[in-house]
Amino acid sequence: MEQKKTTDIGQEKVIEVKGLYKSFGNYDVLKGVDLDLHRRENLVVLGKSGTGKSVLIKILVGLLSPDEGEVKVLGQHVDQISYKQLLDLRLKVGFSFQNSALYDSMTVRQNLEFPLVRNQRKLTKGEVNQAVERVLDAVGLLQTINQMPSELSGGQRKRVGIARTLILQPEVMLYDEPTAGLDPITCLEINSLINEVQERFHTSSIVITHDLTCAKAVGNRVAMLLDGKFERQGTFEEVFNTSDERVKPFYDYNFIQ
Amino acid sequence: MDKTAETPAHIRKEVKTPGKLSRMFLSFYDVCQFVTRFFKEGFLPPYEGKELMRQCYDIGYRSLALISLTGFITGIVFTKQSRPSLAEFGATSWLPSLVGIALLRTLAPLLTSLIAAGKVGSSIGAELGSMRVTEQIDAMEVSATNPFKFLVTTRVLAATITIPILTFYTAMVGMLGALLNVSLFEDTSARAFFQMSLESITFLDITASTVKAILFGFTIGIVGCYQGYNSSKGTEGVGKAANSAVVIGMFLIFIEEIISVQFFSLFRT
Ligand SMILES: Nc1ncnc2c1ncn2[C@@H]1O[C@H](COP(=O)(O)OP(=O)(O)OP(=O)(O)O)[C@@H](O)[C@H]1O
Ligand SMILES: [Mg+2]
Repeated sequence: MEQKKTTDIGQEKVIEVKGLYKSFGNYDVLKGVDLDLHRRENLVVLGKSGTGKSVLIKILVGLLSPDEGEVKVLGQHVDQISYKQLLDLRLKVGFSFQNSALYDSMTVRQNLEFPLVRNQRKLTKGEVNQAVERVLDAVGLLQTINQMPSELSGGQRKRVGIARTLILQPEVMLYDEPTAGLDPITCLEINSLINEVQERFHTSSIVITHDLTCAKAVGNRVAMLLDGKFERQGTFEEVFNTSDERVKPFYDYNFIQ
Repeated sequence: MDKTAETPAHIRKEVKTPGKLSRMFLSFYDVCQFVTRFFKEGFLPPYEGKELMRQCYDIGYRSLALISLTGFITGIVFTKQSRPSLAEFGATSWLPSLVGIALLRTLAPLLTSLIAAGKVGSSIGAELGSMRVTEQIDAMEVSATNPFKFLVTTRVLAATITIPILTFYTAMVGMLGALLNVSLFEDTSARAFFQMSLESITFLDITASTVKAILFGFTIGIVGCYQGYNSSKGTEGVGKAANSAVVIGMFLIFIEEIISVQFFSLFRT
């Protein structure tokens, strides 16, 4: 499969991370991460389990605070702004959780309504319903609208989770392992969903994954988190054309086996 | 376990775990912050009216059956046990007053809130705990909504509103139990029974009970929410949150009961 090309990637940086450090207790997770995301670009972040990929994007939305370094999202320093400003920023940044994190006491419809009605209080009931149906249709799950999250499959839950973030029409999307634990066909569906989101909603995205097929299909650029840093960044070929023993297993496992 | 042998390369900094005392102060500070946040954010719009109603209904519904049963039986048993002592002084006619006062002043508030601490506190702790563990609270946070408002404020308010109502309900059911016992063994009419017991109840009794019940309800809500909202990751964290919600809740209720008894006795002459 060829790496995808998107022509209208802008020069403007929507996310700028410089020299980011983060540790938990005495465990250093991130050790000097530098990262840029350009407008309308899809950046794939690869890395071994436990290298701090989830920690990184949680820092980007202010769920965790950085120990050191500069974290700028849409021009704002995430760790320096007020709570009010942070909420405004979060409106523009969609976050799709590794485990979907659907509200399990609410139906799919209520899950999608939840962020919408609380952030856009002027919407009428009809407009809310329309918005809910539109995003649910975009992820192809209109038929599940009245089901509870516990009645959905893992892949469906992932997609509802993505829909729930799309409903606020974010400029930036952060996907935490959107294809983990899914069968190949569903993976392909999610990949094309991510690409469709990029085109339809004009988003810039960071996609965390272990899955190189996914990386190739959705990423304009690839960055590999190794020992708390992005040592390798660039196109797919640039990253994997190496004999680095920490990188090769990824490639070998995905394409040789 | 030998630590030096197995310490991975990335673990190198000095381990500094806070001592027991400073940990206690830290968590006390945490709780204070939590309560302050409740008062700061709870009364600012936008309000979660619908969720508040749902929580009130939920709390009432969850504890009603058990409270009815306990209140009724307590009424019967308390009356039965008090009779011999009063009979010694030939004062069994005071039974309605005694039962009325005992129920309203102490038994009803205490019974209701202890039961609610068990049923409501634990389920709030478990519910918020599992929402924390499965990142649902984080999900609310990143979708630019305020989970504290939606989850904590509503539950604390609901408990604070519902427990006083349930307390008076318990007192009433207890009176019915007492009436049943009295009417079996004495020839006091229902009307005379209620008249006598109501006459002995003062405005201060009602105020004191209401204040206490509000305090207990608030405690149950805050403790349950605090434990759940700050529960540690993992399924174990959920169980711990539910468990400490009950234990700490009950403990605080007893302490508050002792203090408020002292406090309100200042007003009685
Ligand atoms: N809130 C936290 N408190 C303490 N340690 C944490 C916390 N969050 C993450 N960690 C630690 O940080 C490390 C990185 O975690 P993270 O979830 O980012 O890994 P990951 O790269 O996303 O892995 P995976 O691919 O398995 O999801 C882990 O070792 C984890 O134990
Ligand atoms: Mg992760």
